Amino acid sequence: MIPFGPQHPVLPEPIQLQFYVDEEKIVDVLPNIGYVHRGIERAMELNDYRRNIYLCERICGICNVIHGQTYARLIEKLTGTEVPIRARYLRTIWAEVARLQSHLLWLGLFAESIGFESLFMKIWRDREIVLELTEATNGHRIHMGTTVIGGVSKDLDERLRDRYLGDMDRLRKEVDDWGHVFVKDVAFREKTVGKGILPKKDAVHLGAVGPVIRGSGVPRDMRSNGYGVYGELDFEPVTHDGCDSYSRAMVRLDETYQSIDLVKRAIDQLSEGPLVEKNEGFPDGVAMVRSEQPRGECFYYGVGNGTIHLERCRIRTPTLPNIPPLLQMLIGHDVADIPTIVHSIDPCMSCTERVTYVEEAA
Amino acid sequence: MPRFLGNILENLLGKPATVRYPFEKPEHVPGTRGEISFDMSKCDQCQDCERLCPSGAIEVDVEGKRIEWDPYRCIYCHLCVRSCMHEAITPLDNVQPPGYRLEKKVFEA
Repeated sequence: MIPFGPQHPVLPEPIQLQFYVDEEKIVDVLPNIGYVHRGIERAMELNDYRRNIYLCERICGICNVIHGQTYARLIEKLTGTEVPIRARYLRTIWAEVARLQSHLLWLGLFAESIGFESLFMKIWRDREIVLELTEATNGHRIHMGTTVIGGVSKDLDERLRDRYLGDMDRLRKEVDDWGHVFVKDVAFREKTVGKGILPKKDAVHLGAVGPVIRGSGVPRDMRSNGYGVYGELDFEPVTHDGCDSYSRAMVRLDETYQSIDLVKRAIDQLSEGPLVEKNEGFPDGVAMVRSEQPRGECFYYGVGNGTIHLERCRIRTPTLPNIPPLLQMLIGHDVADIPTIVHSIDPCMSCTERVTYVEEAA
Repeated sequence: MPRFLGNILENLLGKPATVRYPFEKPEHVPGTRGEISFDMSKCDQCQDCERLCPSGAIEVDVEGKRIEWDPYRCIYCHLCVRSCMHEAITPLDNVQPPGYRLEKKVFEA
């Protein structure tokens, strides 16, 4: 048995995988999670529901914008608040900007896990374009904190809109500059093509989400449900049929282009109007919302009881449903391929952990 | 190869991507969510800000008409600014620089 993690150079966050190997081939894998449990769901029941939005944004640093928006949508559903159209457009623009920086981060880290140090540096330098854009919007590079219940708290003026459009063009040029390395490079293809196979049928059965299931050729993307303004932006999910690590990388590369287009299209269609609709009353009833994060589908379930506190709030982040497919992908491959295959699902353990199970000695 | 050369030249001759803090001061964009300032002549000590603050950075002393704000606990979300009924909280653009002591800011009537 070979232990991989909880501390490992390729993993930014702790998960342990116990590999049972026959010489170099992996025969079986056992996961072990629960190293970074933070008790967020309990804290959300104790807090005022208006405070929780900032807690939700801190579940995951990279997906913070979409976590905040999903929680805001949950509360809007529970209180029956209608979000103004301009706020919905702005939310979509910032969600896509967040997706861009997450995908660029992942592409850089994936290049590094294969051994392309210089490509990693180059991609992360281009990611600065996106981060400087978020900084110009509200003064913060990662944690935007622009979502409030019932709308958004910041606006895009004429100057910023031009800057968004210009920077998106600049970013597209930069992505063209290094994107072909992912498509054509021999070393990259050697490490990814045919590695980490997840057949279409297994992807559906094991409940994979996000780029993992789209890399297996299933067009399942929560954005195609049309929440926010995705319904008005002619959104089509990106899919690739290779079912391997290479397809998952290609899905993310194509989604980078797609996000650039979506931001530009949303800015073109942006109309004038109010930013926030005041929500009246307290959350009451049961609601469920789903949205698409860079890593996959994010699920929020909330029960309100007409008071200032939520009765229950359940959050499922996209890494959890992607762990069973990961175990399936690893079996039959070499030990040397573990880092690339683990990285190809973009694991984010700190957002995943909800319940810690402590086994008591008899 | 020409593609490589362009990159190398850009790296050799270009400006550094980072700000050389503390020799250069980073510029804050207008609209940055920075420090907050309480106008005690408008404040009626309703404690809405204290109840809402996600990180518990605000303490309101109703008897003494005194507010303590901890800049090191604050997450700069400006929920207090938006929730204040009397518009007694003014958002500022500057961000608290690092310090040697954890000092709270006190606002008194």
